[in-house]
Amino acid sequence: MSFGSILFDHDGVLCETEDALPFFSDLHLDRVIDAIIAPKREYDLKPFFLTPLHNVETILYRQEVMRDLESEPLMSILRAFAEQMSIARRYLAMVEKLDFELHKKGWFLEAALVYCNAVKKLAGHLENSCFRSRGLRLFRDYVMQYVRSSPFLLLAGEADQVKKALSEVRYCVIIENGKFKVGPYEEEEDYSVEVETTFAKFKQAAAEEYLVKLSQRSGMSHIEAIILEFVARLYPEPFAALREFCARHNPFVDETLRAFDREIQFYIAYLEFIGDFRREGLPFCYPQVSAEGRESSVREGFELALALSIRRQSERAVVRNDFFLRASERILVVTGPNQGGKTTFARMFGQLHYLASLGCPVPGREARLVLFDKIFTYFETEEDIRNLRSNLEDDLYRVHKILSQATPQSLLIFNEPFASTALHDALFLSKAVMARVIDLDARCVWVTFLDELASLSEKVVSMVATVDPTDPTIRTFKVVRQPANGLAYAFSLAQKHRLTYHDIQERIHDEGLSTAS
Amino acid sequence: MMKVFLLHPEQDFDASQPLPPMAEDLMQDLALNVLLEAMAKGDEFLFRTLRQVLLSSLQDMAVIQYRQEVLQDCLNHPDVIRRIYRIPLEFMERKRRQWLWISTRYSPPASILNSAQQMLAATLDLLWELRRIADAHAEQFTSRGFRRFFAMIQQELDDPYLALVERQVNALRFPQGVLLSARLGAGNEGAEYVLRKPNNADQPWIKRMLTRKSPTYSYTLHPRDEAGARILGELRDRGVARAANAVAQAADHIESFFKMLQFELAFYIGCLNLYEELKRLAAPITFPRPAPLRERRLTCTNLHDVTLLLTMQQAVVGNSIAADGKDLIVITGPNRGGKTTFLRSVGAAQLMMQCGMFVPAASFSANLCTGLFTHFKRAEDKTLESGKFQEELQRMSAIVAHLTPNALLLCNESFASTNEREGSEIARQIVSALLEKRVKVAYVTHMYELAHHFWEHKCANALFLRAERLPDGTRTFRLQEGEPLETSYGVDVYRRIFGEDNEPLQQESEFARYSGSLQGQQ
Repeated sequence: MSFGSILFDHDGVLCETEDALPFFSDLHLDRVIDAIIAPKREYDLKPFFLTPLHNVETILYRQEVMRDLESEPLMSILRAFAEQMSIARRYLAMVEKLDFELHKKGWFLEAALVYCNAVKKLAGHLENSCFRSRGLRLFRDYVMQYVRSSPFLLLAGEADQVKKALSEVRYCVIIENGKFKVGPYEEEEDYSVEVETTFAKFKQAAAEEYLVKLSQRSGMSHIEAIILEFVARLYPEPFAALREFCARHNPFVDETLRAFDREIQFYIAYLEFIGDFRREGLPFCYPQVSAEGRESSVREGFELALALSIRRQSERAVVRNDFFLRASERILVVTGPNQGGKTTFARMFGQLHYLASLGCPVPGREARLVLFDKIFTYFETEEDIRNLRSNLEDDLYRVHKILSQATPQSLLIFNEPFASTALHDALFLSKAVMARVIDLDARCVWVTFLDELASLSEKVVSMVATVDPTDPTIRTFKVVRQPANGLAYAFSLAQKHRLTYHDIQERIHDEGLSTAS
Repeated sequence: MMKVFLLHPEQDFDASQPLPPMAEDLMQDLALNVLLEAMAKGDEFLFRTLRQVLLSSLQDMAVIQYRQEVLQDCLNHPDVIRRIYRIPLEFMERKRRQWLWISTRYSPPASILNSAQQMLAATLDLLWELRRIADAHAEQFTSRGFRRFFAMIQQELDDPYLALVERQVNALRFPQGVLLSARLGAGNEGAEYVLRKPNNADQPWIKRMLTRKSPTYSYTLHPRDEAGARILGELRDRGVARAANAVAQAADHIESFFKMLQFELAFYIGCLNLYEELKRLAAPITFPRPAPLRERRLTCTNLHDVTLLLTMQQAVVGNSIAADGKDLIVITGPNRGGKTTFLRSVGAAQLMMQCGMFVPAASFSANLCTGLFTHFKRAEDKTLESGKFQEELQRMSAIVAHLTPNALLLCNESFASTNEREGSEIARQIVSALLEKRVKVAYVTHMYELAHHFWEHKCANALFLRAERLPDGTRTFRLQEGEPLETSYGVDVYRRIFGEDNEPLQQESEFARYSGSLQGQQ
């Protein structure tokens, strides 16, 4: 088998679209993906991250490559290669914009030199590296073969020769008012040194630096072009060789290497992104992924977008949560206090599955996950809440649409559906919809304040966002498997605001006393 | 190397070093502005320089000796010194008048080169003048500092060198065009522009061009090709950047040499000014004899408080004390009896000694200290106020943070802002601890409890001084050795101020009497 792509074990269909998947923003995956690809803008990595895989083989193919890349030596080899390729690309892009023939050709040569060195270095490093992944082993074979091929050897050899001849050229420019002359360099002495020695004895302390850093303009003025023209007349041979080189080797970048250079950034970007979290002690793991069955479990999972903003803003620790679905369990109903981490938990559930489907390590200590075909989310937006009942119809329409498209292989994530509906209606609608989800046998996370939902069926697992037992007003953001108990939290809130039975008895004075005071 | 080295045998005075900690307090408590103003005579630069040198105490007896020698030379040849001092002044004046300054590094090299060149041109005759003074007077100076200084001038600024500088300053105008070498860098762009000295630089330009062996291509810009002219200028800049840097640095160096000369001489000019003033006031003047840090020495005869002298503009009472071997000096006695003046005179003399100056005394010898600190009562009134007490404690705590063994601490009525029991106890604990840490302390106090404590313990290393008060109540402003007395004499002051000479005063304390009279008014 020969090397095709570092991302696909066989021809993969890439969703080369800029349109994010509809659930992306609900799950905050847009923030996560943007953060991952932001440092690698030039590679246009988004399509890779917008294409979940539905094939366990390909996921394993990527996981193998990713694991290999976790070894630092290989990672730095590939980073160095990428850097050089990027420079070569920049030079070639510049050539397109330049005006003068010898200038253009000069930069074309530089690009070729950088490219050849990058490939030679890469081959040198890969030759002695061991890989477990099929992808990298095949790629290594490809590179070794390429670097020994005669077209490459010819390219590299000629580039070096031409460069050497050009760099030996030295010339003099004599600048007078309004005119200049160009001639060969004839061993004239360095005048600056003489000036420096004459005045050295006045040196007191370290002197102010007057050495002007003249900005290196890219591009060439007509004056410099004329000078270069004159230099080419003084030394015709190296320039003739340059012209010949350019004619013969355009273009020179190998197509397979060009694709690899972009695709490998998928892995590098992700590993660099999670590296920061790992250094802070947050675990990532390679999930065990299966296509069949429903049983899944995660230990110490966390929501990446939240972890990202916590890292940017504060010292707060990232809370990690466990969950599992076994036997007939399909639906996680999450209840608990507001701002207690319920929605975060729901997002985490979605993110874990999505990232696993990309072939990436996921945020958690240990994960066993089942592939999905589609993810559907239902998140009430602020706007919905303001419009209150008028939108109930729209809501139901949305839910219906989801249920009509979902399959038993789908993931459903409902975040407080019908929250702005009258309680009686909300309860009724929720039960009805949930019954359908149960029938569908799809996996689902359902965030709600309706305790009743948590014990609706044996397929439902009740999970609760907990508070600190010693101070119920402190949220722990821990979501644990336990029966729903919304009242306990309500009681603690009442205490805090001195609105319990006893509080109110104390605070409300008898009529006579209140007028007296 | 052109180094001034008049303040220190082998290094420049580091004008950038920070003032010692708590220097502001020292200035205020010792009224050092009075001293500095007399030395600076209204010259702001002198004032700043003198403050820096005065407060940056030396701890090396050899360097103090070195400065004393140089200063003695200055006292012997004031006219020559003032003539040398005029040279850097003239340079600064020209710089100001001719708008000479070196363009910053953000300017194009050509303009840096141009301005630096003008600056150099303006210094040549001043360098010659310095040489002439050295040639004429070097023999008359005996201090190591001046002998080295003059020898250096004669050697470094000899005729051939000054001529070379002159030639180079002219050559750098590049009347015949700029010759640059270059090579082809990345993308065939010109790189590594280096300014070159034409071969056979002595031959005329046109002849040189004709004798070049290889072909030369030339190009003349269209007169309206302004962009081209600008680019040509940029190329020229690329080549002259390093030379411009060298010339600008040279101009900087000459300027900094003049600045250093001005700075270091400023100290001696200030001393000359003070010397003349003290002579006029008929004050005694002597070079102090420093003793090593670890010794305990303070012996003086007719020591004057220099700031009081300068303020009163007449001879004042001096003190003679013998406190060799003493770690602690406790000064008690009546108000306005000369206690604070004495404390100031000790502090000022210590500072003057440790910067190499003379002191206003018939004789003065003291051990060096690692740092001089003052903790003076800040306001005249003695109201019991917790805020003030806290402020005092804070200030003391700040001082203690900087104290090291062999430092000298001058306390003036410290902790008088609380009641005496508290104040004494706090002061006692502080002072006892400081003495054990080998800090030398002089403490002016009204607090009998405090003074008595140290007296009772008969410390051999303590000296007790009392402001003298004659039986008729007049003060001599002299301090004498003696046991601390229980009463202060504040009531005297009260009596004098209120003009109640004949009232019986007996045992009433100043405070009781003062507050009694206030009650009477109510």
